[in-house]
Parts: sequence; C-alpha cells; structure tokens
Amino acid sequence: MTNPSANPTRPIPGRPRSKTAQRVRERLIQAGLVGCALFSILITASIVVILAAEAIQFFRLDEVSITEFFFGTEWSPLLGAEKHFGIWPLICGTLLVTAVAMSVALPLGLITAVYLSEYAPPRLRAVLKPTLEVLAGIPTVVFGFFALTVITPGLISLHEGFEIYNAFSAGIAVGIMCLPIVTSLTEDALQAVPRALRAGAFGLGATRFEVSVKIVLPAALSGIVAAFLLAIARAVGETMIVALAAGSSPNMTLDPRESVQTMTGYMVQIFLGDASNYGPEYLSSYAVAFMLFVMTFGITVIGQKIRKRFREVYQ
Amino acid sequence: MMEPSEAALPEEPVATHEEITFKTDLSQTRPSEDPQDLDAAVRVERFSSWYGDFQALQALSFVIPENRITAFIGPSGCGKSTLLRWINRMNDLVPSARAEGVLELHGTDLLSSQADVVDLRRRVGMVFQKPNPFPKSIYDNVAFGPRLHRKLSRSETDDLVEQSLNDAALWDEVKDRLKASALSLSGGQQQRLCIARAVACGPEILLMDEPCSALDPKSTAAIENLMATLRQHYTIAIVTHNMQQAARTSDFTAFLYQGELIEFGATQQIFTKPEQRETENYITGRFG
Ligand SMILES: Nc1ncnc2c1ncn2[C@@H]1O[C@H](COP(=O)(O)OP(=O)(O)OP(=O)(O)O)[C@@H](O)[C@H]1O
Ligand SMILES: [Mg+2]
Repeated sequence: MTNPSANPTRPIPGRPRSKTAQRVRERLIQAGLVGCALFSILITASIVVILAAEAIQFFRLDEVSITEFFFGTEWSPLLGAEKHFGIWPLICGTLLVTAVAMSVALPLGLITAVYLSEYAPPRLRAVLKPTLEVLAGIPTVVFGFFALTVITPGLISLHEGFEIYNAFSAGIAVGIMCLPIVTSLTEDALQAVPRALRAGAFGLGATRFEVSVKIVLPAALSGIVAAFLLAIARAVGETMIVALAAGSSPNMTLDPRESVQTMTGYMVQIFLGDASNYGPEYLSSYAVAFMLFVMTFGITVIGQKIRKRFREVYQ
Repeated sequence: MMEPSEAALPEEPVATHEEITFKTDLSQTRPSEDPQDLDAAVRVERFSSWYGDFQALQALSFVIPENRITAFIGPSGCGKSTLLRWINRMNDLVPSARAEGVLELHGTDLLSSQADVVDLRRRVGMVFQKPNPFPKSIYDNVAFGPRLHRKLSRSETDDLVEQSLNDAALWDEVKDRLKASALSLSGGQQQRLCIARAVACGPEILLMDEPCSALDPKSTAAIENLMATLRQHYTIAIVTHNMQQAARTSDFTAFLYQGELIEFGATQQIFTKPEQRETENYITGRFG
C-alpha cells in the first residue's frame, strides 16, 4: 500500500509500536475470551449431563416405570404404601399457574408498554421505565409472601371455594412478578421500530391508536413474542412463589381454586424436606428437573424460531 | 492469519451503463407564468414559526399554485422542512413547535386547533427524504392510507392499488409480486412505493422533502419523470438541494434563507435572472 513516490506526508511524531507485542497481546486476549466462553459452555453442559445421569438412574429403579412417569396421572412419591410416579399432576400444576400468570402479565404488560412507548409524555416515561426495572429486582419470596397474606385472603373473601393454598393466588403473584420484564422488554421492542415508520403512518392520516396497532405492534412482533416467551419460561421455572402459595398437593386438576403442586414446588419439597439422598423420591426430582429443563429449552427454541421468522430487516 | 490491513478494500462503485434520461426540463419547455394568475392550493401569509424561543420561519407570504410544481431551495437549516411539516401538521408531534399567521389549504385553516388533523393529513400527502415503506406487503402499503379513511370492498381496493402504483410508475415492476414485502424493493422502487402510498389517499397536495437524496441517478430520473406526470392531477411542493433538479422539474421556485423568503417566482426567472443578490449567490454555488 505504501507508495514512496506519493505526496510527501507530514511526519507523525512518536516511534512505531512493536508489531510483535501487538500480535502477542491480540493472541492472549483471544485465548482469554475463548477460555471464558468454553467455561460457561462447559458448566451448562455438565449440569445437563448430571441431570440426565441422575434421571436415568431414577428410571432404572424397580419401583419406576417410564410409561407411568410420562403418562401416569398420579404423583404420590411420599405417602401411602404404593408410590406412584406419574408426572402429569406436576405438569398440570405448572401449566395452571403459568396460564393464570400469563393472563395477568401478557395483556397488562403489552398495554403498559404501548402506553409507555407511544402515548406517555417523554418526561413521564423517563420516570416510569426505571421504576419498572426496579420492580423487576424485587426478590420473588416477597411476591410469595404477598400472595399468601394479601391475595389469598382477598380471594377467599370474594369466593368461598378457594383453598388456603391455591393455584390462582400463586398465578397472580407470578404474573405480577413477570409484569416488569414483559413491559420492559416489550417497550424496548416497540422503541426499536424506526421513527420514520411512525412519521409515514401519521402522514397518511393515521391516529395514534392506528399507528400503534397497525404499524408499531406488527413491526415489533418478533421482539414482543420473544419477550412473552421469556416471561413464560420464567413463570414455568418460578419456584419461591409457588412453593409458598400454591401448596404441595399434586392434584390432577384444572380448577385454579384448588391446591396444586408445580414441578419446581416438588423439587423444593424434596431438597428441603428430609427425604433420603438416594431413595426413589430423591432421584425422582432429577427426572422432574430434567423435564422442566426440556420444557423451558423448548420454549426458548420456539422463541428463536418465531423471532427469525418474523424478523423484518430495516434498511 | 490474515492481517486486517490486507482485508479487501470496498469495490469501486460500478458505473451504470444504462442511459439516464431526464425527460423533463420544464424551464426550457414552459413559458413563465405569474403565480398570482393561478389558483392557490396553499396560501401562506405572514407565517412565522418557532421551536421554543428559536424562530425558524419569519413572516413568510406566498402561494403554492394549483397543479404546478413548486421547489423550495435554500441552505441547510433555513426552514424548508419546517414549512412542509406545518402544511401536514407533522409539527404537532414536536411539543415545542408553534406558529402564527395564515396557512390555508384550499381555504381550510391549517393552523386552527379545531382542525381535524387526521383529515388534513389525508388531504396532504407526504414523501420523506429516506424511503420509509411499512414492513408489510407492497399491496398493504398502498392500501394502508385508504383503508384508514374509507370502507372499501376487495375489488375497489384492488383497483385503487393498481391505479396508485400506475400513477407512481411502479405497477409494471411489481404487478406480479404485490404480496411480497415492500422491504424487498430497491431504494428507488421503495421511494416510488411511498409516492403511490401517498397518492392512494387522494391528496390535494403532495409534499416531497428531498425525495431523491438517497437515490441513484437512475431512480432520481424515474421520480422526476413521475413528478412531471403527477403534475397533471396534483399540486407538488418539493424540497431539494439539487439545483439542476429544481431547475429541471419545477414551475416555481422559492428561495429561503435563515427562515426568510428571499425570492419566489417562476423557476426560469429565478435561475436565469434572479432579482436578489443572495439568490444568485446560492444558485451559482457561491455560498450555501
Ligand atoms: N424539532 C426541532 N426542535 C428544535 N429545533 C428544530 C427542530 N427541527 C428543526 N429545528 C431547527 O429549525 C431550523 C430549520 O430546520 P429545518 O429542518 O426546517 O431545516 P431545513 O431547511 O429542512 O434543512 P435541511 O436542508 O438540512 O433539511 C434549524 O435551525 C433547526 O435546527
Ligand atoms: Mg430538511
């Protein structure tokens, strides 16, 4: 590239940096980065391997049959003479709580995000958005407490059918817990839609509502779906609230007024209770954990797929 | 390992060998008219506007004549976009913006707080500097505006989309892929789509703010030719930094400088014998 016959340039002060030192430094930095990346991949992989190994041990036990585990509708590992390991009551409890939580968090979060992004005056937004993010940092045990001491008594006073521990109360609390993430991520997705699109729609005579609903929401769809799925994954994996408020009776039910047990709730019960370290009930929690992992993993994968599918490229 | 300095340099832009024809050259073909003799589409009188304490436009008075192309020229920051944004009330979105004076579209007061802003914006089409098609299909982009304001049957919409795309000289290029995403079009096609989108609402005036500044010469020629055709049905106001473009396409030219209207007249007159010293300096490139 250098051409000595080109115009003589103004000399630049200083000595040239050592190329070797530069190269060595680049190599070191690269090695460090690769090391860190490998480390976190390794940790994740080993967690999965341990989960799978223990789950396999569980299925090897005489008392356990794989068919019962995947298709059985009775989960009674601790009580009774005969133990049953059918996972559906736990999945049912998890889905019930998640469904209640999402019917609170998704619509409310979406509406709040649209308000913040499209309607709120900038100064109000500057206050509300950080406040929301602070809410996202509240420890979940607080929400569990809130469910038990406020939501449940409230529900019972409205309707007598609610049990002390019930899926509805826990679901509402999980929903409130998820609300800040849903709102914040959805709002980010809405803000990422180029201003020029809004200007174009306003210029054609669209009202603020039409701009929000017909232009901004569809354009932000991939981000919104991703936010929703992240919230669902969090709700499925939420532990503290359900352990406190949903109860610990693995019921095969779709009635949210009843007490249920979620997958996470069961694991807490096993690890905190005085179950032995090797019995079938202990090992069963690994199988449940593995199922939970598969579920959240599935949600994430679906999220990625949807994101790719709906992603629009601007410019 | 590849050294960064040896990475391939970006390729030289390849010159296009296709012939670029600018069909229009109004300044050569049309006699100068007096704007006072024509019907006014937009009437501007003692019109001033502010952003907070900053006065962006200073007591402008002129008319934009009906069914003609009026070019707004002037150095960056002189208030051209501000003026256009008042005509379709886009400045409503800027909290600090306010205005005084008279601004009328076919007799409708554009500044009145009672004005139906949504209806005003329908009557005024706007084409922006950078093409901004919605991330929807080509068809839905064109149908977007009309669907906001009217109930249309399927076949009415089809006809309107075809007619608008025809008006924007885009129909032949996209008629086989109306359902394709508008973002799959080239920049020049996207800009013509934005024109079709604006035209589909049946505007009384089309505002174009530097519509060609992001386009190559060929697309620019396409848009300029298009303006000459649209001129039969629409009033057009165009902002441009390209003096040849202003001279080629417009019937009238307004020269703004620091928020003031220095000169307004037939394009031919402005470009051949401007009355003001500043105008002459600007169009000959001595400042700007
Ligand atoms: N939203 C705003 N808030 C405050 N001042 C603004 C705003 N928009 C424009 N201005 C100011 O108003 C003046 C006119 O701006 P305008 O955008 O109309 O210029 P322009 O003639 O279109 O320039 P250009 O050729 O660079 O597009 C400028 O000094 C600009 O800084
Ligand atoms: Mg401008």
